[in-house]
Amino acid sequence: MDAEEIRKIVLAELKRIAPELEDVAPAKPLRDQVDLDSMDWLNFLVALNERLRIEIPEADYRKLGTLEQIVDYLANKSA
Amino acid sequence: MIEFKLPSLGADMDEGKLIEWKVKPGDAVKRGDVVAVVETPKAAVDVEIWQDGVVQELITKPGETIPVETVMARLAAAGEAPAAAPAAAPAAAPAPTPAPAPSRHPVSPAARKHGRELGVDVETLAGSGPHGAVTVEDVEKAAKGGAKPAPAPAAAPPSDKALAMRKAIAAAMSRSKREIPHYYLSQLVPMQRAQDWLTTYNEKRPVTERLLMGALQLKAVARALKDFPDLNGFWKDDAFEPAQGIHIGIAISLRQGGLIAPAIHDVAERSLDELMKALADLVRRARAGSLRSSEMSDPTITVTNLGDQGVDEVFAIIFPPQVAIVGFGRVAPRPWAEDGMIGAVPAVVASLGGDHRASDGHRGARFLAALAALLQEPENL
Repeated sequence: MDAEEIRKIVLAELKRIAPELEDVAPAKPLRDQVDLDSMDWLNFLVALNERLRIEIPEADYRKLGTLEQIVDYLANKSA
Repeated sequence: MIEFKLPSLGADMDEGKLIEWKVKPGDAVKRGDVVAVVETPKAAVDVEIWQDGVVQELITKPGETIPVETVMARLAAAGEAPAAAPAAAPAAAPAPTPAPAPSRHPVSPAARKHGRELGVDVETLAGSGPHGAVTVEDVEKAAKGGAKPAPAPAAAPPSDKALAMRKAIAAAMSRSKREIPHYYLSQLVPMQRAQDWLTTYNEKRPVTERLLMGALQLKAVARALKDFPDLNGFWKDDAFEPAQGIHIGIAISLRQGGLIAPAIHDVAERSLDELMKALADLVRRARAGSLRSSEMSDPTITVTNLGDQGVDEVFAIIFPPQVAIVGFGRVAPRPWAEDGMIGAVPAVVASLGGDHRASDGHRGARFLAALAALLQEPENL
C-alpha cells in the first residue's frame, strides 16, 4: 500500500472521529488541530490497526505528532 | 397493573419527546429491557423498564413531547391476567378499559421541588411546557413576581439541538451555583509509579487492549469513595441521601458542543480492563447519541478530566443532586521535593468540589489523601 492510499485511510478514520473536520495541515500537531483527547486518539489507533493490520506500540506514539509523520510511519511499517 | 412513566434522566430534565417504541402490545418485557427511545435536550436515550410484565397499552405516541412522570404505557404485571385477554375468565369481569389516570395539572418533579424552595405554589401556575406542564422556568418567573398565568400555546421546541443542550446545561449549572455551597480542595499527586506501571502494562498489549490513565484514576476514585460515603450520594429534601452503589458519571464533551455525564455502574467492583472497556463504550455511545436511561439517571458522583486540554487544575461544578465532583488536570512533570532533594516528577492535580451541606473540608481532604495513596499502588487497583 502506498503513502497516498494510507493518507486517504488516515483521513477517513480521522473524519469518522471528527466529522466536522475539513482540512488538516500535514505538518502541524494533529491532536491539537483536531481536538483529539486520549480516548479519541486510542480509537483512532485502533481503527488504523483494524484497517491496515499494523500494530503501533505505545512507545511509538511520540513519532506520530503530525499527519505527515503518521503517514510516513505507517508507510514504512507496511513496506 | 404497571404504569410505565417517563423517568427523570437528570435534574435538569422537565420533558422528553418519544422517538419510538421498542415494544408493542402483547410483548413480554423483563427488568432492564429497553422499551422506548426518548429524546432529551442532551441526547436520545434508550429508556429501560424496571419491572417484568406484558405490554397492554402504549399511551404516548411517537413524536409527542411529554413531561417527566407522565404515564407512557400500561403493562400487566407478571402473574396478572392481561386486561384485554378474554381467556377463561369466569365471573368478576375485569374492567375492560383501565381507569384513566386522574387528569391533574402536570408539574415536573424539578419544578415541584424548586417551587417548594422558592415558596411558590406550583398548583396555582399555568404551565408553559407541553400539555400545560409547569416547568422550572415557570416557577422562577412566578418567584420573581411575574406570575402571569401564560396560556401557553405549546411552545415550539427549539429545533436547534445545540441550543437545547446549552439550555439544559445552563439550568443544571445555575441551579448548582444557586443551591450548592461548594468548597474546593486540591492536591498534587505524584504519578511516577502509576505512569511506569501503565507503560509496562500497555507494552505487552495490542492497541485494542491498552489502558488509559483515566481508567486508573476512575478506579482510584471509586475505591477511595468506599470510605467516604458522604461524598457519594444526593442532597434531597434538605437531607443527604447516601447512594447504594458507586456509579461514576463521566463528563464527556461532545464534538458538536456541550457535554453529558452518564454513569459507569459499580466502578469499584470492576477490574481495570473491564473499566477501560466500559469507559470506551460509554464515550463512543455518548458521542453517537445512544445512551441508556439508567446511565443518565444513576450517577452518584461525577469525574471530569481536562488533562488532555492541557489545564493544570479543574474547579468543577457539582451536578445536582449529587454532592461532589472530582477533577483531574494534566499529568505533567512538576518540581517535587523528597528527602531534601528537588527533582521533576510526573504529577497531576486532583481536585474535589464538595457540597458543604453534605460534607466538610476535613472529610474532603482525607478523601483526596486516600485517592493519592491509591494512585501510588496502581498494581492493587
